[in-house]
Amino acid sequence: MAPHGNPEAPASAASEINREAPKVAATTNVESTTTAPASGPDVTSYGAKEESPWSLWEVFVRSSRGLSHVHAGSLHAPDAAMALRNARDLYTRRNEGVSIWVVPAEAISSSDPDSKGSFFESPQGKDYRHATYYTKSEGVKHL
Amino acid sequence: MTTEDVSTKDVTTKDTDFAIEGHGDISVGVHGAGASGDGSASATRITPGNALRPEDIALEISRGQVKPTDDVAEFALRIGDDGLILAQRLGHWISRAPELEEDIALGNIALDQLGHARSFLTYAGAAWGKSEDDLAYFRREHEFRSAHLFEQPNGDFAVTIARQFIVSFYQFELYTKLMESTDPTIAAISAKAVKEVDYHRDHSAQWVLRLAGGTDESRARIIQGFKLVWPYVDELFEDDELTTRLAEAGVTVQPSSLRAEFDRLTGNIMAEAELEVPGVPQSLGGGRRGKHSEFLGYILAEMQVLAREHPGASW
Repeated sequence: MAPHGNPEAPASAASEINREAPKVAATTNVESTTTAPASGPDVTSYGAKEESPWSLWEVFVRSSRGLSHVHAGSLHAPDAAMALRNARDLYTRRNEGVSIWVVPAEAISSSDPDSKGSFFESPQGKDYRHATYYTKSEGVKHL
Repeated sequence: MTTEDVSTKDVTTKDTDFAIEGHGDISVGVHGAGASGDGSASATRITPGNALRPEDIALEISRGQVKPTDDVAEFALRIGDDGLILAQRLGHWISRAPELEEDIALGNIALDQLGHARSFLTYAGAAWGKSEDDLAYFRREHEFRSAHLFEQPNGDFAVTIARQFIVSFYQFELYTKLMESTDPTIAAISAKAVKEVDYHRDHSAQWVLRLAGGTDESRARIIQGFKLVWPYVDELFEDDELTTRLAEAGVTVQPSSLRAEFDRLTGNIMAEAELEVPGVPQSLGGGRRGKHSEFLGYILAEMQVLAREHPGASW
């Protein structure tokens, strides 16, 4: 069994249906990249279930016009086109959204939770960075 | 009330006032929580939205505001049974699909189909004083009017996708035409259904492309899948006396008139997937007359057992 799929094979080639079948060599799968142009990132071990060759995607849903997309959760999908559809099925079943973004999980760089102190505590106490710290000068209009 | 709600309503209430009645109970309290522009609105905000529900049709029926003719009821029974039997088939995939995400996708499609079936059966039942449950649980095999395609076994995932591909492209053409029906209830149900079936088309087409273009194994399976279900295509497009009478009355169109567009659109996807339309002989059909394949009896046994063993059971 190929753990987490072959990083050199396109994601779309790693079909779940093929799980028990002998793995086809990556080089014989050229046509699959042409039929699924919106191919996701190469399959890596990042976040994937032990037996799942599908890669992980993060889902952002906009609940209504004028609001931002908000992170709703993650899912597995073979490529971007299917990730969007899976997101629609998983995260908008109760009328939650008017727009969806999906992002390959590995494309997201995140801050290090262990560096909380050096990263996020510095602004604390620096009230001069807030407008309310300053008193309004007399005679200045339109403030 | 937000603008989305209003526009949805306009679509579903073109000819009837279904959506206006009977929705207040669910919607009350929800609009306040998630009004547009509310900074605290979250990505998981829940609103039921406004759409035609089987309950709304039942309400109209109980008030004596709608009643189908026998012909219209028989027609509604056919398409209702199609959805009901397919929903039962697809429901079997729950917990068995290749991936969790696909499990939910197939479950959603099954529930959409069940929703359409409930609406059509509720409406059909009004002609005979029967409820949707009477029709679903207390009819016998020869009284079902679904076409053979819908009762065909799930097979492997590729067979299910092949069946779904044919079904959704057929239903899309049918419901699109039925939106123009002279029967306002049929038109309203179809207007709701067509958007959902449009997504089913996309779902199955995406999978046909991926299975056909995936590995040797997946390609062999989708080819085999189409071979198994294609014999049941012709039956979907057969005209008979009922459809002829209803087509003259403008309630529906002749099924045969849907074939050209079905062939064109499915042909486009098949060509893109480099698949050939299987040259298999067509089955005799007969589902519309209550003549079914050996599979329907087993489906009904499983679907009806609880309602028959415990009449009136609810939870």
